[in-house]
Amino acid sequence: MISFDRVTYTYAGASSPALVDVSFAVEPGEFVVVAGLSGSGKSTVVRAACGLVPHFHGGEFGGRVVVEGLDTREHGPGEIAAVAGTLAQDPETQVVLGTVRAELAFPLENRGHGAAAIARGVEEAALALGIAHLLDRQTSTLSGGELQRVALAGALAGRPQVVLLDEPTSQLDPVAGDELVWLLRRLNEEWGTTVVLVEHRLERCLPAADRVLAFDRGRLGCDAPPRAFLEWAAAEAPPLETPAARLLARAGLRPPPTGVKEARATLRAHGLLPDEGVRPLESTPLKGSDPGPGGRGRGPLRRLLGGGRSAEPAALRFDGVWHELKGGRALLRGVDLVLRPGERVALVGRNGAGKSTLLRHAAGLLQPTRGTVEAAGRVALLLQNPNDYLLHERVGDEAPAAARAAAGLDVAEDRHPRDLSGGERERLALAVVLGADASPPAAVCLDEPTRGLDRAAKDELAARLRGLADAGSAVLVAVHDPEFAAVFAERVVLLADGRPIADGSTSDVLAGGWYFATETARVLGGAGGALLPDEGADLLLRTTTAQMTP
Amino acid sequence: MIYERRASPMHAARAAASGAWCVALAGAALAFHHPVVLGALLVAVLGGAAGARVGGEVVRILRFALPFALFVALINPLISRNGLTVIARLGEVPPFGELDITLEALAYGATFGLRLLVVVLAFAVATYAVDPDEVLRLFRRVSFRSALTAALAVRLVPVLHSDARRLAEARRCRADGEASRMAVLRAVTAGALDRATDVAATLEVRGYATGGRSQAAGRPRSRHDRWFMASAAAVVALAVGAKAGGIAAFQAFPSLEMPVGAAELVLAAAFVVVALLPFLDRRGIAP
Repeated sequence: MISFDRVTYTYAGASSPALVDVSFAVEPGEFVVVAGLSGSGKSTVVRAACGLVPHFHGGEFGGRVVVEGLDTREHGPGEIAAVAGTLAQDPETQVVLGTVRAELAFPLENRGHGAAAIARGVEEAALALGIAHLLDRQTSTLSGGELQRVALAGALAGRPQVVLLDEPTSQLDPVAGDELVWLLRRLNEEWGTTVVLVEHRLERCLPAADRVLAFDRGRLGCDAPPRAFLEWAAAEAPPLETPAARLLARAGLRPPPTGVKEARATLRAHGLLPDEGVRPLESTPLKGSDPGPGGRGRGPLRRLLGGGRSAEPAALRFDGVWHELKGGRALLRGVDLVLRPGERVALVGRNGAGKSTLLRHAAGLLQPTRGTVEAAGRVALLLQNPNDYLLHERVGDEAPAAARAAAGLDVAEDRHPRDLSGGERERLALAVVLGADASPPAAVCLDEPTRGLDRAAKDELAARLRGLADAGSAVLVAVHDPEFAAVFAERVVLLADGRPIADGSTSDVLAGGWYFATETARVLGGAGGALLPDEGADLLLRTTTAQMTP
Repeated sequence: MIYERRASPMHAARAAASGAWCVALAGAALAFHHPVVLGALLVAVLGGAAGARVGGEVVRILRFALPFALFVALINPLISRNGLTVIARLGEVPPFGELDITLEALAYGATFGLRLLVVVLAFAVATYAVDPDEVLRLFRRVSFRSALTAALAVRLVPVLHSDARRLAEARRCRADGEASRMAVLRAVTAGALDRATDVAATLEVRGYATGGRSQAAGRPRSRHDRWFMASAAAVVALAVGAKAGGIAAFQAFPSLEMPVGAAELVLAAAFVVVALLPFLDRRGIAP
């Protein structure tokens, strides 16, 4: 179906190759996940498979890529499109026409299908993706999740044998992201469509995968089924391990699970799940879960709810904040929220729940139509796309030296901001909004800062945010990634339909949910409020010890 | 500037019919200088915008277009040396030299501004109420690449608008607040290139370059197609008939001749009536 034979590729103007001597083959009907850290060459694999490399991007290309019998050196992306549908990260640039129906018809028209075949192809793609009700909608009115589904339907119209996807869930909330992955699995199982999926959040897609290709600095490091990949990752590339795999590995349990179901099966086999009736996991709070200055447990944090109950002054206070669109719906509905100095709060919720709107109100970019927002000083806001803050030709011109040094970018002064990695750009943009003031801002707000970041970059970001909180700023982060929320936050606010519907300690909110829960919490069923693999492993070890104690 | 399907007779008609209506009104405006006729066409266009439920959007365009129309109206008497009826002697005014304002030049400028306004607003109605995808289908038979380029350019407008808004927001969030508007403009321009590249890549992987040029079946003909086609034809017929019959003739120079009789008034009323009749039939207009 797809074969890479000793492929080496260097982008035009790049100093080092993006792919180095890569060889692998994908069989018909396989579901293959492509993994790797940022800059490892994952996206280039997709671009090479769909023919954009080298035909569109130029550069130096060596080796051979064949897709369904078409050699990409001789056949361009247009011809390969007849056998392989492609979907990239940003749904906004994936849709080129005004209505959903026209968008789905466009690739079929380009292939010269007749009117009846086009109508059928459009209808079938819409039904397969569950977007038949959107066919006559304007693409400009669709949400991010809807737009991504439409783009996927456009890629699938005409039933290509292969679909190539480059981080299609990066801009989706956990619900929409999971739905998209399971939709791909259904297409794979029911239509026999071969799926090649590039994804950072492996815990989301490994249960659906037949094979994993892991890349490291352009080289293929691992080509194996998910379980063997996890064993390789544990030894060679720990940042690629899934939370469930880390949980079991740290608890000394084998084999590494590819998903929640397998992890729970392993725990059951060891008598560590309550439904086996041996001796359930302890549900007592974890050691160290007391909130303290840097903790994220229960108890005293409850004082933060309801606003104004604490004697501590608020760093940021939302008091009955409404945001109502003229002639439209209300984006915020009477939000009451208080953040104390040094507090680290994660704001979670579906796309369109009002998270970004709330952050804009915090920074004064929007004014409430009712209610008030008060801050004890300056509010720094980092919006979703860090590139929007990078306006100059040199890193050194973007932010003062002290701010760059605090972001760990003091050695990159002469580099072009666009040449930085995703994580570095995020840190530089944060330096731009923080500035070099001696006194920290009263509050620092970030909107989806983890998009496209690998685990190492997320850990760096979490450490930086903890540092800001330690310096006295309240930190409020809107985030779709529960794993990041668990690492960074001590309190989580779940927003739905423009108002908070849950507000509590990280353990309380993220351990008890399903979509808005970490994988560790899902494996352990929320026991003990454990959210991260190390906490979960600690809980498992204590339970095992307790079982062995007479 | 985004087309959005709404519950109106104009949106219910196919692009060929609703587009023809807009072009007919713009064409009629270009054919006449008579202010009564131009005024009637302006009423027809604004009435049509209201009937198509895009009145608010078109009024916003009107706010932008009005200063341009006034500029045209006022600049003409300053640069025109024609006309016999001097209404003001301004003497030596650099860079225009000896300046006499004539009634004829003023009237000609005013009608030209009015004409500009009608044409701009007719195309504004087309932008908001004529499906651009159907327009693309109409023109792709003639010149596929040009039509696609035009359609994509139109699509990039809202995308770049949202990019510019995001960058402006980011600029407000900078701690130093020092980023110049030029830096933002440069970033938007660079972003536009990135966007164009992304869209071009999408076109490639959707098979645009393969050369197949079939078309999906369009919407079935509806009663509204007939109404708007008939209305457009009637507007053209009225314009041709009036021109042939010498009705609503207008001459600015050397002296102003602008008859306003029963024929001109009937013609103006006829333009309004035939242009707005299609909006009365509101059956089957839901999207």
